[in-house]
Order: sequence, then C-alpha cells, then structure tokens
Amino acid sequence: MIQNAWLIPLLPLAAFVILLLGGRQLKQAAPVIAIASVAGAFVLSSVVLMERIGGDTFAATVRWLTIGPVDVTMGFEVTALNSLMLFVVTAVSLLVHIFSKRYMAEDGRIHVFYGYLTFFTFSMLGLVLAPNLLQLFIFWELVGLCSFLLVGFWYFKKEAADAAKKAFLVTRIGDVGLLVGLVLLFNATGSFEYGAAFAAVEAGEVSGTMVTVIALCIFLGAVGKSAQFPLHVWLPDAMEGPTPVSALIHAATMVAAGVYLVAVTYPLFLASGTALTVVAYTGAITAVFAASIALVNTDIKRVLAYSTVSQLGLMMLALGTAGYVAGLFHLMTHAFFKALLFLAAGSVILALHHRQDITRMGGLWHRMRTTAVTFLIGTLAIAGIFPLAGFWSKEAVLAAVWANGDVVLITLAALTTVLTAFYMFRLFFRVFAGTYRGDVEAPAENGKTVTVPLIVLAVFAVTAGFVHFPLNGYWLEGFMTAGLNYGDQAHGGLGLAAVSLLLAAAGAGLAWRLYGKGEESGMQEKVPAVHHLLENKYYIDEIYAAVIVRPLMTLSRLFVEVDRWIIDGAVNFTGAITFRTGRQAGKQHNGQLQTYGLVSVAGGIALIAAVFAVRGYFG
Amino acid sequence: MVSLNLFLALAAILFCIGLYGVLTRRHLVIILVSIELMLNAVNINLVAFSSIGPFANITGQVFTIFVITVAAAEAAVGLAILIALYRNRSSIDVIKQDLLRW
Repeated sequence: MIQNAWLIPLLPLAAFVILLLGGRQLKQAAPVIAIASVAGAFVLSSVVLMERIGGDTFAATVRWLTIGPVDVTMGFEVTALNSLMLFVVTAVSLLVHIFSKRYMAEDGRIHVFYGYLTFFTFSMLGLVLAPNLLQLFIFWELVGLCSFLLVGFWYFKKEAADAAKKAFLVTRIGDVGLLVGLVLLFNATGSFEYGAAFAAVEAGEVSGTMVTVIALCIFLGAVGKSAQFPLHVWLPDAMEGPTPVSALIHAATMVAAGVYLVAVTYPLFLASGTALTVVAYTGAITAVFAASIALVNTDIKRVLAYSTVSQLGLMMLALGTAGYVAGLFHLMTHAFFKALLFLAAGSVILALHHRQDITRMGGLWHRMRTTAVTFLIGTLAIAGIFPLAGFWSKEAVLAAVWANGDVVLITLAALTTVLTAFYMFRLFFRVFAGTYRGDVEAPAENGKTVTVPLIVLAVFAVTAGFVHFPLNGYWLEGFMTAGLNYGDQAHGGLGLAAVSLLLAAAGAGLAWRLYGKGEESGMQEKVPAVHHLLENKYYIDEIYAAVIVRPLMTLSRLFVEVDRWIIDGAVNFTGAITFRTGRQAGKQHNGQLQTYGLVSVAGGIALIAAVFAVRGYFG
Repeated sequence: MVSLNLFLALAAILFCIGLYGVLTRRHLVIILVSIELMLNAVNINLVAFSSIGPFANITGQVFTIFVITVAAAEAAVGLAILIALYRNRSSIDVIKQDLLRW
C-alpha cells in the first residue's frame, strides 16, 4: 500500500470534483460522498502508517520540468514524519466531516461547504506527501486558499468576509517569505528536493549567513501559517468561519503546517544557531502572549483560537530548542484535543443557536452531559493533567526547553503552562458550571453525528500520549528519528513531570477559585488596566491599523488620484486630441471638387518649391 | 530656329489657363473643356521636346497621338457621366455636386 500512498489525497479530490459538478443535485448525498471519500483516505492512511512503522521510507517521483541542467520533479514520499501526519490529518478530517453533517444541516449551501472541505483535505494531504519544497509550496498556497474560502463561507456576514480577507492577506506576508526562502535555497543548492538540498547544506556548500537567511525566510512562512507573533492577528478573526472549519483548519491541521514546515526543513535550522534561537523565542513569546489574551476573552471560539496560537507557540519553542520529536509529538496530541475542544464548542454553539458569548452560557453540565464530559477531557488534556495526551507532550516540550537551559525560555514555558490551565478551566467553568444564563430555551445535545466524533476524539485525547512515554521507551522518538541525525532528544524525569503537573494544577486551582461557580470573578474591577490591555489584545490590531493599514490606505488613495488624473489623464488627453483633430479635419471634407483641386495644386506647388529651395535649382 | 523655351512658355501659359478654368468655373462642360486645354499644353511640351529637345526623337510625337486618343475617349466618358448626372440632379453646377462629403 505504501507504494500507492498517492491515492490518499486523490480520494478527497475525487469527492471534490463530484461535488463541484453535481453538488446542487446531490444535496443530501453530498455529505455522504464527502465522508465516504475521507473515510477511504483515513483507512489508507492507517494502512500506510502501519506499513511505514514496520518498513522503510518510500519515495517515488516523476520528472515534471527540465530547465537547463535542473530537473524539477513531482511525486510523493512516505517518511516517518508524514505518515504520522497523514494519519492525524485524515482522522481529524473524517471526524470533522461527520460532525459537519449535523452542524451545517440547515445551511442551503452544504454541498459547497463539503466541496471546500474535501478540497482542503486533498490540499493538506498533498502538502504532507510532497517530496520537494516546490510541490509543498503549491499545496501550501492551496490550503491557504481553502482557508480563505471556508472562513468566508458565510460571506454575506461582513465580519466573515473581512476575516477571510485578513486571513488571506496576513498569511500572504509569510508566504512571500517562504517563496523567497525557496528561491534562495534553490539558488544556493540547485535543488528543491529535501534530501539533495539538505545534503548540500550539511556538506557546507552554503555559507553560514546564507543558511540563516534561508531558514529565517522559511520560518517567516511558518510564522504566517501558524499564526505566530507578530502575524497571529488573522487566526482569532478566522473564527468567523463555521466551527467545524475552525476545528479542522484553524486548530488541527493547516495552522500546524507551519510547524510541519519547520520540521521538514529542520536540517536548515540545525545548521543555523541564530535561526533556531529566533524560532525558540518567537514560539515562547507567542505562547505567553496569546495565552494571556485568552485569559479575558469572552467568545468561546476566540478563547480556543488564542489557545491554539499559544500551543503552536509551544511547538515552535520545542523545535527551537532542539526538541524535534517533542514539537511534533505536541503537534499530534494538540491536533486531537484541540479538534475535540472546537467540536465540543461547536456542539454548545449549535445547541445555543449560534450564540458564542460565554457570559450568556453556564450550567450546561447537566443539559449537555456528553459534550461537557468530552470538553472536560479536552481541557484536562490541554492543561497537561496526568495521564492525558497533553501531559506527555507538554512534558516533552518542557524537557526540551529545560535541556536547552535558557532561563528566559524556561520561565516563559512555565508561565504558559500555568496560563493554559487557567484559561481553559475558566472557559470550562464559565460554560458548564453554575447556572444557565442564556436566553435559548432548554439547550440539549444534538444527536449521534455530533457526539460520536466528540467521543472518538476524547479517546484520542486520552490515549494519544502513550506513543511517547517512559514505559514504552519513548517509542515515537525511535520511530521519528530513525536514520536522522537531529541530536539527542531530551526526556523529563519525574521531577520535571511533578513540576509541570504542579504548575498546571496551580492554574486550574486558581481558575476554580475565581470561576468555580461559573460566574464573573470581578477581576476586571480589581486590575482594570491589565484587564483592559488584555481585552483589547494588547492593541495589536489597532497598532497595525495605525502603523501599516492607514498609511498604506493613504498612499493607495494618492495612487488612485495619480492614476485617475495623470495616467488616465494622459490617455484620455491623447484620445481627445485625436478626436478633435479628426472632427476638425472632417469639416474640410466638404464634397467641393474645386476646393480639393485647389488644395492639391497648392500642395503640389509647395512641394516643388520646397524641392527647388533645398536643391537650389532656382539659382 | 525657334527657342525651346518659347514652346515651354506657351505650354505653361496654356496649362495655367486650363488649371484656372478647372478650379474656378462652375459649369461642368467648361471644366471638361479646360481639362482638354491642359492636356493640349502637355501635348505641346511633348512635341516640342520631340523635335528640338536635347534628345530629340519620335517617341514624343507618338505619345502625343496616344494622349489625343485617350483624351477623346475621356471626353466621351466625361460627357456621358455629365448627362447621367444632369438627368439625376437636374443641374450640372459643380458646386451643387457635394454628396460625397463628411
């Protein structure tokens, strides 16, 4: 099967084509086709993962373009890293597809929604399978497009349309960086292939400065896609899209593509200490920064969005501190428990008829028991409570940071752990504890298609950590790093585990103390300045608006005027001159034979006179 | 021996009279007559060069015969057009014939 791994992305693509051509007629069958195709992809991915675990890396390419001495190839590759990614992406995608059947049931454009969703799945799988950076870049742009389409799915809502534009434009900044990085890398090594390019770098054919520049450019792409500071602003706004989309694209898969990108180009980062430090610090700052905003936000999805940004920061931090396996392990566990949290939030939102304000929730524990329990499992997992998935992966991240030894990074990582537990339990208590404050009559569960994906994801959120823990000798590490030389992977001992658990418990305890009854804590009255700063997201959006958007708009308006009056003016002026001349000349065409004759004679005489004058025949 | 210049001067005078007639007279018949005058001015030139020009030879006289023949044909066609025009427009005043204008 591993030789036929290229079939995996083609299944969702086939579904996309069917839905594109016949979606309107299919209507009720549309979700079924989409779910079936992704289910097929999931089965194949599982088989491929099993074969890869028992076997070896497989790669197949065909020549696509020949430019001078360079062959550009297309193909696919099944490595340890991307076989795991295949499994995670198809698993989450399948559950999201199932969940969406009920969530989008009332939407008249459900076939379009499923079309986009399958197309996204195709693009993401293509991105993961790509054996070279050029192919990766193509799919990288495709997932960006899908993200744009799905965020703006309810385009008739102005917020959604604006959010889609913002998502597209902000990630574009990163994409340009990535493209520049690719071109530089190609220029320096003469290849887009991972293996050939990295071999050239490791052999020292590229200067140290150049490697740093290339790595930083590629990292810029990752910063955009994974919503790292300072390009994080698009992700919270992207929550305007339907919740299943947030779960699939903006929590589990696409935003993790940035982390994946850093992971596949890891030799470049290892070759440049500066780039690695930048990655680590960007990740750490993002992690704390986003977590602090999540403390006060009152929109259930935006809290989760900031949480995603923060967790992606942790993954970057791990990669930046040589914790290759830790970063990817956290990516995998995060995909499961964050998708779970988003889908559970989606379940709540669905029950409350699309109200997302947590000040109007509360007391849902008794009304929506399955959702509440699965949400609690997700909360425990992300907070890093033993023995759920998040505990093991977060502990791996902390171990990598601890082994790195940078005090600032250690402090930031520890702080993030506390904050994560705090804001997640705050969210949990505000939504599920205390008494119901909403105005929707009797919110209740939404049926099996909603709860089954939640339960499945909850199982993953509990168990996914056991692929990498002391009792099986950190199995994932052996699998992921076989044949790679990415340095020793740090392991935390009991002490670190105890500390990380203590930090998480501290955060959770504080949340229980302040929000345990599901009501307001009154913190905004006690520290109004801090609360205000956090509530306004450190005014980052306002700063961007003032520093970048508004000057740019002014400049654009200036250019519009220049275009309208000077460029268009010149063109119109030419037109007007020709037109007027024609009209005047036309009047000379009066049909009078003798006038014509006179003019001809006068012209002839003038011509002869001129010739004679020049040649001097009159002399 | 009469000087070549005298013939050329005569031809030039005749040509200018013809041209003047073409450009100023309104009656189409007169215009046609004036054109004949211009052609004859050319004929005088051709014959003059043919007999006393620097490279005197018979070609000029032969060409004159051609011009007279073609002029006769042209006059016939011109008069036919003129009659057709008169039948259609009840006038052969050249100033009134201005259908082909912008």
